[in-house]
Amino acid sequence: MRPERRGPRLTRMRAAVPALFATLLLLASAPLAQARDVVDATGRTVTVPDAPARVFAAGPPASVLLYALKPEAMIGWVRAPREGDLPYLLPETRALPELGRLTGKGDTLNLEVLLQAEPDLIVDFGTVSDTYLSLAEKVQTQTGVPYVLIDGSFANTPTAIRQMAEILGVPERGEILAAYAEETLSMVDRVLAKVPEESRPRVYLARGAEGLESAARGAINAEILERAGGVNVVEGAETGLVTVSPEQVLSWAPTAIVTIDRDFARAAPTLAGFAGTPAVQDGRIILAPGNPYGFIDAPPSVNRLIGLHFLMHRFYPDAAEGDLAAEVARFYDLFYHVTLDEAAMGKLLAE
Amino acid sequence: MSRWTKPRWASCLRSRAWPSALAILVLALLFGAVIGPFDMAPSRVGGLILGAIRGERAVGPEASVLFQIRLPRLAAAALVGAALAAAGAAYQVTFRNPLVSPDILGVSAGAGFGAVLGILLGLPIPVIQGLGFAFGLATVGLVLGTAAVIGQRGETLSLVLTGIALGALAGAGIAIVKTLADPDDQLPAMTFWLLGSLAGARPADVWFLLVPLAIGLLPLLLLRWRIGMLVLGEDDARALGVETGRLRLLVILAATLMTSAAVATAGTIGWIGLMVPHMARLIGGARFDRVLPLSILIGAGLMVVIDTCARSIAGTEVPLGVLTAFLGAPIFLGLLARGGRSWR
Repeated sequence: MRPERRGPRLTRMRAAVPALFATLLLLASAPLAQARDVVDATGRTVTVPDAPARVFAAGPPASVLLYALKPEAMIGWVRAPREGDLPYLLPETRALPELGRLTGKGDTLNLEVLLQAEPDLIVDFGTVSDTYLSLAEKVQTQTGVPYVLIDGSFANTPTAIRQMAEILGVPERGEILAAYAEETLSMVDRVLAKVPEESRPRVYLARGAEGLESAARGAINAEILERAGGVNVVEGAETGLVTVSPEQVLSWAPTAIVTIDRDFARAAPTLAGFAGTPAVQDGRIILAPGNPYGFIDAPPSVNRLIGLHFLMHRFYPDAAEGDLAAEVARFYDLFYHVTLDEAAMGKLLAE
Repeated sequence: MSRWTKPRWASCLRSRAWPSALAILVLALLFGAVIGPFDMAPSRVGGLILGAIRGERAVGPEASVLFQIRLPRLAAAALVGAALAAAGAAYQVTFRNPLVSPDILGVSAGAGFGAVLGILLGLPIPVIQGLGFAFGLATVGLVLGTAAVIGQRGETLSLVLTGIALGALAGAGIAIVKTLADPDDQLPAMTFWLLGSLAGARPADVWFLLVPLAIGLLPLLLLRWRIGMLVLGEDDARALGVETGRLRLLVILAATLMTSAAVATAGTIGWIGLMVPHMARLIGGARFDRVLPLSILIGAGLMVVIDTCARSIAGTEVPLGVLTAFLGAPIFLGLLARGGRSWR
């Protein structure tokens, strides 16, 4: 009798197998249901979690964008903020550890340190090239953490903000910031339409305490000068950071000098290469604020949006729109989540 | 032996090497004075210089370019080239090794470490320069002290090995400082500094170079006969009455003083200190008393030519380290091909 019974039981078990599989599949796909595929700037399809909670930014530009969009998801800094930057950052992000950087020449980040911090997503924001594509693939293979790269070119800023916000799962916030970026760029176009070519400045970007480092035309570090209608006087063989001689600066005769170095701004009228330039004679040495992030570059990220407002007011005081201090306050509130009081504002915009 | 001990200025002059090197240096200086991105007619440059010699005080942008920027830079280039070449020539004889360059005892690495440290701490430029100078001197001082403790006194091999070890240590220090530096601001400054440039040369730098150079060159020039005898080796030189240990120490101190000042002003410039003494030997023979003055002239002239190229090839500066190799290597190989046989 038993063998006969065994038959149907086996059959029943066999029938249960697909059901079991289906259950298993359902269980296995449960996490998948909370993830989705995105195509990043390099054309790779990356599966990212729906609402990433622990995100690592691979380089300084990505770090700024991540902070602006979703500071609560940050697991560390590429480079810890310095003393002077702290008042302009959210208290809960100030003490996050410095993990190092992945992009650029020479990683300072150990992948084991990265994994120890348990990220569920790595984002990068910047140049799209084969180098960064291969870096993204390499790190994703080694760590198993999805790695998304977004095009960081200046003109692409509104789109990039939306893409990053989508990936981070904060589309509403992204919409607000992207709208701000769009409004800023169209404001620049409006102002420039009022300023004839000949009234636009010939600009020299002075870096370093001696002011003899600069960025050539086309370099990402000086991109904002050209977007603001200035003509970058430095025509270099290469499009990156360069050193120049004081004599060369004199012969370029810039009508405005933009710098992020306070010491240089103070010393420029006494330096041989700069004293004779129209910029110094007309008092057009423009010291760009740099806390917590630079207005001009350092890093080349969304922090440059306020730099555009700033340059409009400094380059074209008559044509510029609105009040600079109010705009700075609005930007710091929107992007850096801090409210600037009068003292902080004065310190920031002091020249 | 008479080959090494007997002065033969007459034949040296007859060889035309010395006057032609001087002529090339003067030509390079004149050429460098009229070339530059700031438009100035050669006659105007000549007028301003003659005026200055007569004691007139010219004002205006042209005078400022010429006297504040262009001429100090020319002078700095000549002094840096002379310092590196003289130090290299002295070292090659003292260490009896043709592959030795002025930074063999770690002076460049030490000066580089001092300078990048200064950049990291955000110090003013003159202080950065001073730190570079001091660290260059200190590194060689440390090398001498360490070698004296661990090895036999005056033993060149232990000196060179200690120099390499401490130089590597300073190199590691540079690397650490670079990783600590702000990547947007300080790191490029450090990289540019280490590549070598005279773009920031000022009138004050000329004095900063001139004094150590004079102090370093004086004993080398005065003792050139005895230093030349070091090439014979410890025993032979002693037999001829040369106090090798003390003389070697003097050469090292003099060369270090000059190299440290040069590196602190212009950054690390390779190749000049190694190659120019060889060029001098190829042209004027191997005697140190001829190699030294000839090295000084060739080093100064070559550096002026190289720096003039560095500031006028493109709108932006070309790193000196790149150009010393680009211009120096073909010249050197040409000389080698021409005089290679007689050299040995």
